Amino acid sequence: MLQAINILLLVFLVVCAVVVARTKDLLSAVIIFGAYSMVMSIIWQQLHSPDIAITEAAIGAGATSLLFLAAISRTRRHEE
Amino acid sequence: MWLFWLFRRRCIKVNTMHDMVLEVVNRLLLPFIQLFGMYILFHGHLSPGGGFSGGAVIGASLILYSLTFRFARIKHRIDHDTSVFFEAAGALIYVAVGFVGLFFGYNFLTNRGVFPLGVPGQLWSSGMILIITLALGAKVSGTILSLFQELLEGGSDERGNP
Repeated sequence: MLQAINILLLVFLVVCAVVVARTKDLLSAVIIFGAYSMVMSIIWQQLHSPDIAITEAAIGAGATSLLFLAAISRTRRHEE
Repeated sequence: MWLFWLFRRRCIKVNTMHDMVLEVVNRLLLPFIQLFGMYILFHGHLSPGGGFSGGAVIGASLILYSLTFRFARIKHRIDHDTSVFFEAAGALIYVAVGFVGLFFGYNFLTNRGVFPLGVPGQLWSSGMILIITLALGAKVSGTILSLFQELLEGGSDERGNP
């Protein structure tokens, strides 16, 4: 059961990584990247590393998304 | 009292980007985020977490705060000098605590023999590790907030807007 959940999380991670690279709308890409970081934090917790999980949830899903949003608000939204 | 403060309507006269949803969610979530960050900081030597994790959580909460109240209240906003001050003060406290061990004739950053070690497992049981963790938390949160402010407020964009 637990292994099935882990495999599901890993598949979701790979799908998120591919979709982030292929999305043309940068705001959508930032939001998908936040979901990627959240799933990555759960995977760190499953790998018995709660320290990195806390840091990933705070930095990856919180601060990095806001920094990307600030960068988008200073530049263009759509990729050419 | 807190609930009263939470849902009190505060009308802001001069605003350009005031969002009601963001402000109410901010008032709901901000005490809990900062309490969790301080818990991670103070239990850095006992449980998972430490200076970087707790500082990251507090820095994210400060980003949320400054994102909400950036235009609303001039009196309560955190300017760039304050975050840079906390960033520099964290590094300075770290080095100063390290030089205390050097002053008493031990190596740099010596813990045993200089600082009182308490009972293992309790909160005050690590000597200088707690001070260093708090300094690292101030450093990391100041750095994250300073990065955000530098990116959002520094200079002007390509169209000339500030």
